[in-house]
Amino acid sequence: MSDVMIEARALTKHYGPIHALDDASFEVRRGEVLGFLGPNGAGKTTTMKILTCFIAPTSGTALIGGVDVFDDPLEVRRMVGYLPETTPLYTDMRVLEYLDFVAKMRGFNHADGRKRIQKVVEETSLSEVIGQEIRSLSKGFRQRVGLAQALVHEPPILILDEPLSGLDPNQAAEIRELVRQIGRERTIILSTHNLPEVQMTCGRVLIVSRGKIVANDTPDELKARAGKPHYLVTVRAGADGAAPPMHAAIERVGGVERVAASSASEPGEVVFEVTPSDSKDLRPELFRAAVDSGTVLLGLERRGEDLEQVFRQLTTKGDA
Amino acid sequence: MRNVWTLAGREFRSYFNGVVAYIILAIVLLALGLLFWDNFFLQRAATARMMFERLSMLLVFATPAMTMGLLAEEKRTGTFELLITMPVRESEVILGKFFGVVGLLVVLLALTITYPLTIASLGNLDWGPVWSGYLGLFLEGATMLGIGLMASSFTDNQIVAFFVALFINGVLWLLGFFLPVLPLAAASYLEWFSFGYHFDSLARGVIDPRDLIFFVSVTALCLAVAFRSVERRRWS
Repeated sequence: MSDVMIEARALTKHYGPIHALDDASFEVRRGEVLGFLGPNGAGKTTTMKILTCFIAPTSGTALIGGVDVFDDPLEVRRMVGYLPETTPLYTDMRVLEYLDFVAKMRGFNHADGRKRIQKVVEETSLSEVIGQEIRSLSKGFRQRVGLAQALVHEPPILILDEPLSGLDPNQAAEIRELVRQIGRERTIILSTHNLPEVQMTCGRVLIVSRGKIVANDTPDELKARAGKPHYLVTVRAGADGAAPPMHAAIERVGGVERVAASSASEPGEVVFEVTPSDSKDLRPELFRAAVDSGTVLLGLERRGEDLEQVFRQLTTKGDA
Repeated sequence: MRNVWTLAGREFRSYFNGVVAYIILAIVLLALGLLFWDNFFLQRAATARMMFERLSMLLVFATPAMTMGLLAEEKRTGTFELLITMPVRESEVILGKFFGVVGLLVVLLALTITYPLTIASLGNLDWGPVWSGYLGLFLEGATMLGIGLMASSFTDNQIVAFFVALFINGVLWLLGFFLPVLPLAAASYLEWFSFGYHFDSLARGVIDPRDLIFFVSVTALCLAVAFRSVERRRWS
């Protein structure tokens, strides 16, 4: 088996006149965590449903672990652990009863199944609720049961559709940490519309918009697209309402391309907008320049490198 | 085939995890009691025929209640997606669900054994027609469950599934009563589709292969349609 675990080839899906997915091609390699990013209705869920063989693409195909989704859906499903968007579980069952069922469906006998279950219950910290009915669990625990269910058969590939939606920040942090741990040995695709999420967990980001892939980069490369960062330096104005020594001092700092005094929001302050010539962090130098020139520094801010901005640019093109 | 039993077992247990099974069993048994003892002693005969006829009618209403959620509810809540993306064939899902609900039917029929037992204590009961009657109820019930499962595969709304199944059951069950008023040529064909036509001879103690073939083939047809409708999802 090659290193490419998931290969989508020109996936297209039409629901009647609606083009849910349009000629989407991408690859995911072993050990990679791919973030699937896009506004609601962009085609994330459709792609995941195709990769798990729940629906078939209108045209194009996908290879999972080298197996075509058209040729052998059962083999594909064996290799994949899947958590759909709304975490659908049999709420009338108890957690252990449910995991027993999943293990059985995954082809384990009772004893082997129990061994696997014990392992995933530890991984997902479910032991305290193991005997409870799923309907009585909080959203966070349900999400963990959903993950446990996807992990029982130790799949080489995990497909998680918005695993963090609807969780409070603490729960989200726990699940995120869990995904990161799991992701060390596995290939993961996770969809989200939460940007910080992607930066924290994913090695690569795929942005989809209206069924098309508009970006396929590392988070850092994407940030670079936002343009270079710039700095806002706020200093106290001199007696005459300006701060000429600071202007000159900033110009002398290495790596500064351009300095412009912009309008201050408060009286008695001057704000300089500094454009650097490279991506090196200039804040220490700017601080020292202020100190050396005897200027009182009131604020120093680095702007840009904003995934959100890139996301908006890429996904709203042509909307205006 | 292993998957089929796993699914059937889960389905069967889920009826008893909630209140559904208890409600259906209680209502059917209560209604049967009222309908049966009402005129039992007027017959002045130790026969269970009436029980089979009454129960056959009650199944028209009870089976759609058993099957309405089978696929519709799973589709509505999304558990269907998780189920299908396990390494399982659509046909196994259909068969598993069918056998699971047939298990509930068996429980229901087993609980009515008190009727023949009671009648046997009151008089000299001929057990032959009792067993063939149970065979008839089982086959007719299973056929209605097949119809219900098919109805449940069409929609993600349990109520719709219930009424579609009730309608089909009702037509096939009532058909027997309308045959006399239909033109003879039509009646002789339509007769074949009537539940009563096939069930009555079994309830009388006659095991005719043609009746067995009728129930089995209608069930198989319904399961095949359910399979197609579940499978179609992939290509829609």
